[in-house]
Amino acid sequence: MDYNLNHLKELEAESIFVIREVAAEFQNPAILFSGGKDSILLTHLARKAFFPAKIPFPLVHIDTGHNFPETITFRDELVKEIGARLIVGSVQDAINAGTSVEEKGINASRNSLQTATLLETIEANKIDAAMGGARRDEEKARAKERFFSHRDEFGQWDPKNQRPELWNIFNARKGFGEHFRVFPISNWTELDVWQYIHMEGIKLPNLYFSHKRSVFMRDDVYYAETDFMERKDTEQLEEMVVRFRTIGDATCTGATLSGAATLEEIIQEVASSRVTERGGRSDDKRSETAMEDRKKAGYF
Amino acid sequence: MEDKTFNSAEYMSMELMRFTTAGSVDDGKSTLIGRLLYDSKSIYEDQYEAIRKSSEQKGEEYVNLALLTDGLRAEREQGITIDVAYRYFSTPRRKFIIADTPGHIQYTRNMVTGASSANLALILVDARHGVVEQTRRHAIIASLLQIPHVVICVNKMDLVNYDQKVFEGIENDFKKFATKLDVKDVRFIPISALVGDNVVDRSKKTPWYEGPTLLYLLETVHIASDQNHIDCRFPVQYVIRPQSNDFHDYRGYAGRIAGGVFKKGDKVLALPSGFTSRIKSIDTFDGTLESAFAPMSVTITLEDDIDISRGDMIVRENNVPTSGQDIEVMVCWLTDKPLQLGGKYAIKHTTRNARCVIKEVKYKLNINTLHRNEEDLSIGLNDIARISIRTTTPLFYDSYKRNRNTGSLIIIDEATNVTVGAAMII
Repeated sequence: MDYNLNHLKELEAESIFVIREVAAEFQNPAILFSGGKDSILLTHLARKAFFPAKIPFPLVHIDTGHNFPETITFRDELVKEIGARLIVGSVQDAINAGTSVEEKGINASRNSLQTATLLETIEANKIDAAMGGARRDEEKARAKERFFSHRDEFGQWDPKNQRPELWNIFNARKGFGEHFRVFPISNWTELDVWQYIHMEGIKLPNLYFSHKRSVFMRDDVYYAETDFMERKDTEQLEEMVVRFRTIGDATCTGATLSGAATLEEIIQEVASSRVTERGGRSDDKRSETAMEDRKKAGYF
Repeated sequence: MEDKTFNSAEYMSMELMRFTTAGSVDDGKSTLIGRLLYDSKSIYEDQYEAIRKSSEQKGEEYVNLALLTDGLRAEREQGITIDVAYRYFSTPRRKFIIADTPGHIQYTRNMVTGASSANLALILVDARHGVVEQTRRHAIIASLLQIPHVVICVNKMDLVNYDQKVFEGIENDFKKFATKLDVKDVRFIPISALVGDNVVDRSKKTPWYEGPTLLYLLETVHIASDQNHIDCRFPVQYVIRPQSNDFHDYRGYAGRIAGGVFKKGDKVLALPSGFTSRIKSIDTFDGTLESAFAPMSVTITLEDDIDISRGDMIVRENNVPTSGQDIEVMVCWLTDKPLQLGGKYAIKHTTRNARCVIKEVKYKLNINTLHRNEEDLSIGLNDIARISIRTTTPLFYDSYKRNRNTGSLIIIDEATNVTVGAAMII
């Protein structure tokens, strides 16, 4: 007999191993849950890792206050279904308390404010390992990220001084006040994620599937009409058939014109796509090394 | 770029292959990876557009595909690769993970890191320069890290007029040298990464070459038996106790199988306790399994209630690993601060954390010549040495050659918590 796993089962086995390693090596881990497909996948894998027990750590959501309402509804239903504990870190609270200052101007976004709230939430809850659904194929600075990524007492990432990671032995030792970011699905690509969601029948927010929505165009990207975004006079609302390839803050997540309404159609679309999924993310376009700069400061 | 065709049933039988690339500064490694990504249509329009603009600004003649793989700011400024970067592409047959390692500083350390999980090593040789010191070094590391397959890409064939004699000369030189190594499967391919000859498409300029293209080889090399499916090894990672009414007395041992095939009903032995029992069930979220093999992550329950915790190992009674505290290893040193003879370090082996003392440095290996230096025993960054250690608690191990999962360990500096050594058990 040929003992062989397909690529999705092998990726699953690797991710489950990493998640269990986190639960075993840290006192107070958590999953950073954004409501996007990658963190939904991560939560699904965590469920598998500890079955028949429940996930032995909480989900942490950094709420910018600018989320799509569908994301929040989905989050609350999922948390209820799996019996997980939810911790919400609120950017609005940080702004009200004066620890964060809102960006001004037409392209204002709370994306960068998430970093401060994230670090505050990690500290307040004494989280020593924050697991995220980031993947190495997403962006060039992420291609060098480790599974176990060490952060100093200021939450900073030092890309030139990362610990080497050999075989599948993860060094989880840290000094006082330091923490880890752990990325169990590092080796998955966007296509792997969609194929796996299809194979497993994982539920997702409707935003990912094609629907009619009122949108406007800015810098060649369609944005959804929301209460959080100011429009210029030249930016007209149009009714379009769209879906979202990534779901982040509504102010910086672009919609894609797409008729893909089922998982099969989405897989087909992703496989033949000619633009990366972060191509619609204005937060990455601020400079050539925008992601690296944000990550060094402690961004997720 | 034309659209890919996609068949959603196809991906259920795709395999995962990991390979590492190594090359010296200018032998075109980044260009080759860029070429594989580009020709397998794994590069998106926005990525391609970004590097096209960037090449144009720098006044380069070709679109510089190497820019695709140079991620960090320092690298873009200096035009070098300073760390291991992971790249992904897939064909209908396989998904590939490339560990792209630099040809510069901290070079052994990064190459060893990239090699540790690879099925295959891709070594580039510049056709104009032939087998050089760095080629030998890469091959030695591939052999030391027991990468099952090695492919020598003789690159820049366009600059030697696709001369068969040049290619065969390099092949012979390498084979002569490789007799000293422990690599079982070596292949040679004449390519030009810049132009694309024999990378994805067969070149008309090398009619004398009858072997496969690089991509075809990567897609078809047999990797299913790269895992050990003989010696049953299950390092316990985490004990699952649900504490719920439905699973009141459930006690499951979660872990990733490090070797062999476990079956329901198998008689097993737990280390270090030595107690025996039978496998009651192999559980997953998707249901119970009749058997499970490396590298699956599963949960095992036993017929008897015996004391097992993280760091213990479940094995078959008639095939046990070596158990001991005095261990001989080949170590690659990963940090500036030299190895301290008599020094104490933390170690991690499978799921077991322990401490060790460095008892002896036997020799330092010259990784250009394989010469064993028994005079100069100072071990610093990028050095490879044979040492003996004594651990605070017994480890359950196999030789690295026999099983990469149970034959490897990392050495950690207890003051800084940095991983300082990668060790392979002899």
